[in-house]
Amino acid sequence: MKLYRRFFMIHLKSAFQYKISFLLISIGQFFTAFMVFVGVKFMFDRFHTVKGYTYSEVLLCFSIVLMAFTLAEMFVRGFDTFSHIIANGEFDRVLLRPRNEIFLVLAGKMELSRVGRLLQSIIILAYGINTCEIIWSWDKIVTLILMICGGTVIFACLFIIFAALCFFTLEGLEFMNVFTDGAREHGKYPFDIYGKKIFKFCTYIIPYTLFQYYPFLYLTGREDNKLYMLLPIVASLFAIPSIMLWKFGVRHYKSTGS
Amino acid sequence: MIQVEHISKTFKVSRRSAGFLEAFKALFHREYECVKALDDISFNIDEGEMVGYIGPNGAGKSSTIKVLSGILTPDSGSCHINGRIPWKERTAHVKDIGVVFGQRSQLWWDVPVVDSFLLLRDIYKIPDKLYQNNLDELVNLLDIEQIIRTPTRQLSLGQRMRCEIAASLLHSPKILFLDEPTIGLDAVSKIAVRDFILELNRNHKTTVILTTHDMQDIEYLTKRIILIGKGKILMDGSLENIRKEYTDTKRLTIDFIGEDIQLVEGMKFILQEKNHGVIDIDSKMLTVSDAISILSSQVKLNDISVTGPSVDEVVAQLYQKYHI
Repeated sequence: MKLYRRFFMIHLKSAFQYKISFLLISIGQFFTAFMVFVGVKFMFDRFHTVKGYTYSEVLLCFSIVLMAFTLAEMFVRGFDTFSHIIANGEFDRVLLRPRNEIFLVLAGKMELSRVGRLLQSIIILAYGINTCEIIWSWDKIVTLILMICGGTVIFACLFIIFAALCFFTLEGLEFMNVFTDGAREHGKYPFDIYGKKIFKFCTYIIPYTLFQYYPFLYLTGREDNKLYMLLPIVASLFAIPSIMLWKFGVRHYKSTGS
Repeated sequence: MIQVEHISKTFKVSRRSAGFLEAFKALFHREYECVKALDDISFNIDEGEMVGYIGPNGAGKSSTIKVLSGILTPDSGSCHINGRIPWKERTAHVKDIGVVFGQRSQLWWDVPVVDSFLLLRDIYKIPDKLYQNNLDELVNLLDIEQIIRTPTRQLSLGQRMRCEIAASLLHSPKILFLDEPTIGLDAVSKIAVRDFILELNRNHKTTVILTTHDMQDIEYLTKRIILIGKGKILMDGSLENIRKEYTDTKRLTIDFIGEDIQLVEGMKFILQEKNHGVIDIDSKMLTVSDAISILSSQVKLNDISVTGPSVDEVVAQLYQKYHI
């Protein structure tokens, strides 16, 4: 942990070396997320509810997914951009260090300029919490936190899976973004609005619904079963196959160049 | 200390001709060719030895280093370093080795070098006291006291290389792999790096394995060279022996006073001027001392120097001989 903190400080120092760039990217990130928010707002000006979900409920859902995605992108950036790490031989370095390679890749890259989007998601979350009719008892607060953490883990796992595939293709697979960027965009509405097939995919193949839909039902009082609030923890088990695939990939690693 | 036995490694390389159509075809159907990067490689290296590992580009030098440092798993063969198999006990193994890639940096680009050093201290869990000692020594020997306060991106190549070497030695490794450490360096930096490596080997008995294309590095640093070409080890021996074996000519450069010189068989003028000459001697036919006495019997010699062929020439001959 101490080592992670040191890595973090180095990334912070590096980011501050390019102050203007850091600031502009952060602001840009803030506004892209803001436009999506505006989109949601216009839609609700017309329709008022989507499949029974109110405006503030959707905002809540949206902000949770956005925050989870942003946190994952900030701190698991190393896996997101893993094709570069392989291509320029940085991964050789990683293998030369007497530490766990997942930790080193994780700590080796952080995208702190995503802080703009994080701020945006916090604002939307605050707004959603304020306007919705949920009574915030302790179990609802725990549910909310678990949803964010579970979501971060799921997105992190997806990044790790993409990275593991890079060992075989040696380049990034752009279509994989469907599962991350796509989920971020579509995750602003609870997944049941997309129909049965997609819902099943999002439960059994990639367990999005376990951190979004089911606990969200509990959060909004549609469902009283306390088990639903713990589902994000179950979703985190997705990490096991992801890491196994990664380990398998490392064994297949072929270095590049001289 | 290092035992390598019958290591082989094959890479699949995809091939296609140039052109858009070919690129399009390759999307659906790729032709692969197997390239033997390492083909039955065996050698032993003792503790404290300095070995030059040479060969043309693509011969398998870097692949060997990658296998020895645990990055690559070979297809077959065995390798024991300090009793460990590098790719099986990677984390334990890499604590004992330092690796410098001349073409790649291990320092963090935007922060002062010393920050990178501190990070490495934590990565390798180097005890504070040992770290301080090592740092003081390295800073002194490599003369980087001022430099390490500067961000890496603002360093010149020579300065950076010295910092890279320091970074690889902070955890006092027993074995140091240097992959083209002097590439692109100016004369002063090259000499500084070479002197440091010699010093390191003398003081700490660090085993050094060096790959380079700069034959002066080899001449200066190593007694033993291993020649690799097309994935095979072609030769393994001391530099002196190889030199003797592969070159039969010695070159005499003389300044003299007197009229012209009659040469005997086995001697040949390369350059002939008034009072100055360069003569090649075929050492199979006569010795250098014979040649000198022949010359001195005819003219008054003011100055004389004897040189063998440069290592570059020897290596070029070797490459030619093995068709690599």
